Amino acid sequence: MAMLLRDLLRHSTEFRIGAVLVAFVLLLSVLASFSPYAPESVYVVPPDLPPSLVYWFGTTSRGQDVFWQLSFAIRNTLMFGCTVALVSRLIALVVGLVSGYKGGWIDRALMSVNDSFIVIPLLPILVLFYFMMRDRISWLMLALIMACFGWAYDARLIRSVVMSLKAREFTQTGLFSGMSTWEVLTEEHLPYVMPVVFSTTMNNMVWSIGLEVTLAVLGFTDINTPTIGGMIYWANQHTAMVAGIWWWIAFPTVTVIMAFIGLFLLAVSANAYIDPRSRLWGIGGAS
Amino acid sequence: MSGTPGAAMSGYLAYVGRRLGQFLLVVFIGINIAYVVTHASPIDPVEQSISAVTSYGNTAPAAIEQMRNSLRELYGLGGTPVEQYLQFWKRILRADFGPSMSAFPTPVGTLIARALPWTVGLLAVSTIVAWGLGNLLGGLAGYYRQSQGLKLMGVVAMGLHPIPYYILAMLLLIVFGFLWPVLPISGGSAMNLPQTLTPEFVLSVLQHAILPALSLILIGVGSWFLGMRSLVSHVVAEDFVVYAELAGVRPRRILTSYVMRNALVPQVTGLAMSLGGIFNGAVITEKVFGYPGLGSLLVDAVYAGDYGLVLGVTTISILGVSIGVLAIDLLYPLLDPRVKIS
Repeated sequence: MAMLLRDLLRHSTEFRIGAVLVAFVLLLSVLASFSPYAPESVYVVPPDLPPSLVYWFGTTSRGQDVFWQLSFAIRNTLMFGCTVALVSRLIALVVGLVSGYKGGWIDRALMSVNDSFIVIPLLPILVLFYFMMRDRISWLMLALIMACFGWAYDARLIRSVVMSLKAREFTQTGLFSGMSTWEVLTEEHLPYVMPVVFSTTMNNMVWSIGLEVTLAVLGFTDINTPTIGGMIYWANQHTAMVAGIWWWIAFPTVTVIMAFIGLFLLAVSANAYIDPRSRLWGIGGAS
Repeated sequence: MSGTPGAAMSGYLAYVGRRLGQFLLVVFIGINIAYVVTHASPIDPVEQSISAVTSYGNTAPAAIEQMRNSLRELYGLGGTPVEQYLQFWKRILRADFGPSMSAFPTPVGTLIARALPWTVGLLAVSTIVAWGLGNLLGGLAGYYRQSQGLKLMGVVAMGLHPIPYYILAMLLLIVFGFLWPVLPISGGSAMNLPQTLTPEFVLSVLQHAILPALSLILIGVGSWFLGMRSLVSHVVAEDFVVYAELAGVRPRRILTSYVMRNALVPQVTGLAMSLGGIFNGAVITEKVFGYPGLGSLLVDAVYAGDYGLVLGVTTISILGVSIGVLAIDLLYPLLDPRVKIS
């Protein structure tokens, strides 16, 4: 793992930029633990102050320090993305491994359901969900619902990897030496599948955070827990752009864009590392 | 390709049958999710509507009871769970969602029918432009790898692609609404024009569509560009391309008929798969730019607490996206003749 990171850092510009961006965003989120204010507190600092040496990113119309509010927000937003990614990875792994390895009617049935989940437009369903839950909607609930939808595309990817592994000799060797299906899948195939899981994790986080920001901006989430979308929601509620309090919207927007581009670049470079053909292309070998 | 035309035809029919089955499954799963979400919730939409009405003033208890019963019937929330489930499907198959509560007594169906052309038009144009442009440029970038301009475009695509629709739409709104106000930032057409097919109206519609379409295109084009570039860079290394080069086929013909044509096949599948996501983007883009389509209708219905309208828009969008996917699937054999014989 350390070797892999070193290789990526040395040879991939995308990985370097992505790592720097993500590291910066992570640092900001870690700082939340040292905040002098509680995350939900309002009117603790003078409102509407522009960025200064005392308040680095300015203050909001609700009397919050944008810097500390932002660090809570990005922490919650990242945690949200991680939760969705973790749960949906588990579903994707099970479906992908079983479908790719078993084949036959199990594969066809699973992939039909899988393709349905890829196609169904999620946002209207999430909006419907918020409509039914109203104030009872919680952070975790939303994460679990999104995880139930976020696995399908990656399950297909994992399935195709397992299908090619199944045709390889070591699978047969394992079976003839008396390994069960479960053992073959977890001990023989999983190590080959893990790199795919890692690269899809980043993409999945980009996807789920994007949806969360969208929902929160509309006010369709638990708006009292600070998140990036929640900050923009409150800024819109106080018409911050019209009132000229640009720092309330600009800093969260810039931070979340950094997170998106950083995660995306990490996913792209991890993908390139997994696919040897594009690695050759990178050093100019295959033209 | 091989075999008689009759065999190809029956192969095509078998393919159509499979895709129709998949279409029905998508609709079935989607509608069931909508049912579970609405019926497993601890909050009763009837009580919510009643409390919204009664909060405006005193209402007689008998009148409230009457309203409760009629709303229950209207929303199909009476009877046993099995009855409710069948009732739910019956209403969807008849496309009957009752009257809208926020725009009483206009039926939900009428509101949706009014909004649908705006969304379909915006989505169709922006998706086709984004897909076409992304694949064309991506194909060129994969084929002419030394071109500096195309390399730069790759960097831009990588930067734009992961940004969520809302953020990009908001940035466009700030740039063209506050910093450099040249384009209309809200609505589907100018307010003072009658909605008839006059040149002024069409021009106004086009003008108003520029910003929402631009935000959808800017985000969409990146993923098609990146996908096509990597596909093409793999196809150019294939034996049949090398052979065509050695045989002296003109480079432009190699690019269009040999490389792009083959690389497009997975991109068409990709288009069908991403349709749901593009629709999500359209919902939020419409809200940001006040575009009078399904997205604005949905969001406003939530703010107004209009249960029938929210449910109607959700089911219509599930149906609409599945129909779009089915249409792409049925056109697919034109591009990839292999499905007819497999």
